[in-house]
Amino acid sequence: MQGSRARRRKLRDYASSLGFIVPSLIGFVVFFAVPLFRGLYISFTDWDLLGKAHWVAADNYRRLLADADFWNSVLVTFEYVLWNIPIQTVIALGIALVMRRLKSSSLLRGAIIVPWLLPNVVAALLALAILDPAIGVLNEGIKALGLRPLAFLTTTELAMPSIAGINTWKFMGYTALIIFTGMQGIPAEVDEAALIDGATGFTAFRKITLPLLRPVLAFVLVTSVIGSFQVYDTVAIATRGGPVNATWVINFFIYKNAFEGYKMGYATAASMLLFLLLVGIGFLQIKLMRAGESD
Amino acid sequence: MASKVMARKSRVPFIATVVVLLVVTLFPIYWVVRMSFTTNKEIFSGSSALVPRAPTATNYLRVLGFMDSETSLKLGGSGQKINFLRFLANSLLVSSLVTVSQVLFSAAAAYAFARLRFPGRDKLFAAYISALMVPSIVMTIPNFILVKNLGWLNTYLGIAAPALLMTPYAVFFLRQFFLGINRELEEAAYIDGAGKLKVFSSVVLPMSTTCLVALAVITFITQWNDYMWPLIVGKDESVRLLTVALGIFRSQTPNGLPDWGGLMAGTTLAIVPTLAIFVAFGRRIVDSINFSGFR
Repeated sequence: MQGSRARRRKLRDYASSLGFIVPSLIGFVVFFAVPLFRGLYISFTDWDLLGKAHWVAADNYRRLLADADFWNSVLVTFEYVLWNIPIQTVIALGIALVMRRLKSSSLLRGAIIVPWLLPNVVAALLALAILDPAIGVLNEGIKALGLRPLAFLTTTELAMPSIAGINTWKFMGYTALIIFTGMQGIPAEVDEAALIDGATGFTAFRKITLPLLRPVLAFVLVTSVIGSFQVYDTVAIATRGGPVNATWVINFFIYKNAFEGYKMGYATAASMLLFLLLVGIGFLQIKLMRAGESD
Repeated sequence: MASKVMARKSRVPFIATVVVLLVVTLFPIYWVVRMSFTTNKEIFSGSSALVPRAPTATNYLRVLGFMDSETSLKLGGSGQKINFLRFLANSLLVSSLVTVSQVLFSAAAAYAFARLRFPGRDKLFAAYISALMVPSIVMTIPNFILVKNLGWLNTYLGIAAPALLMTPYAVFFLRQFFLGINRELEEAAYIDGAGKLKVFSSVVLPMSTTCLVALAVITFITQWNDYMWPLIVGKDESVRLLTVALGIFRSQTPNGLPDWGGLMAGTTLAIVPTLAIFVAFGRRIVDSINFSGFR
């Protein structure tokens, strides 16, 4: 009799605990878990929202892998990531070092975060206004130097680097703040010890600080690469995928197929491929960083 | 001693770097605001004065819907009635709704994950976290179909739904915090006979206001900045959000020339609330990045 009363109490205990979870569980199941599997299912059909969905097995995937537009999107997105991440990370590292040396004022910390607070849409509009060949202030400066104005966002070679530049501007302060936090773990004595040993600033940085920063840099690189591959808003506003398809990134490809072509099966299949791509890249990154570990 | 000498010698390049950093970070924002107070005529004349020669508030009047079409056309607008006041209100409504609701329900779940025991607790939490690794567009398409089937297209509920009850980030963030707070007060309350709900609402939540506010600010800003989802489910003017409206406005080119003044006024409107919140709560935002960015 003791046993069953204790068991009932335990069940009541579990029930009241679960009460805390239930709202979030509903949100999770309805808007995260079920959609994931539903999307997977749809990717194996030819659904176009109007008619019925017919099972087509791996047909969408086969067609995607033969689709030149899809490969263009993948290539263009890789180009974006390669422009964005290295420059952004190096700049962020530099900013973090500056903050550390200046014993960081909250004013500086506050200021560098501001671009990150803005919607991507706003950052894109900022760029449109400033980079415009006719009225943009950057081109006014270029003209003042006697050079011809550059149509940053409508020139094929310049469009993607410009988009990368916009997002670098948006994220460099935020990334710097994260690196700076990671630096807090490195005691000041390390810097001074290096100086006493006669190492110049840069050598000290390379041989001592940088290896100690590896964990935080790894975190920053993995998360920013994953985010970078999903660029959409900036492209949608600033270049709309153009000129021609120079900035037709993966998410743009998926969006167009799903919400303008209504090719739900095709689009969800592409989104699954993106998922796989990111998982693969994530693993690769982690592996590459482990390989360099000395301790 | 050595570091003092080093500091004095290398101060100048650091100060210069900081100045460049502040200019690059903040100038574009200043420029947009400056353009918003400039007439289209002056913008197209290519003036790059730091302050407009003939500052005007007409762009705001036009964009908020307080101008008749004749005047609007004369000033370079499209002559259509633009409704940014409405869009601003929509964004405020949806962002506030989601913030309050998401933080509340995520906090309850986070508390359960941190302090309460029930079968499957850790596995469930792992599932929540794994959702972070899935690119958001994977869930966007099925969520759109769900919202459409529920008849929630072009409603505030449809726009708010996916983030209303939880996001994995919010639950993770708050659980980290709850794990770290002192158990004694909670245990004392339990010993006094208080139930879980009472302990949570009367003891834990009041102790956590700093963290809750930080999350609320981040949630508000994330919702405010959202673009793709509200674009997909909320095109109708009655529920259209500010970011979506800006995107649509950007695509309109009355008389072949974009209404730059109006566009910049709209952009400034999108920036102001975020900046206001930042000025009010900036410290907490920066601290929360320090807290959650990397541990």
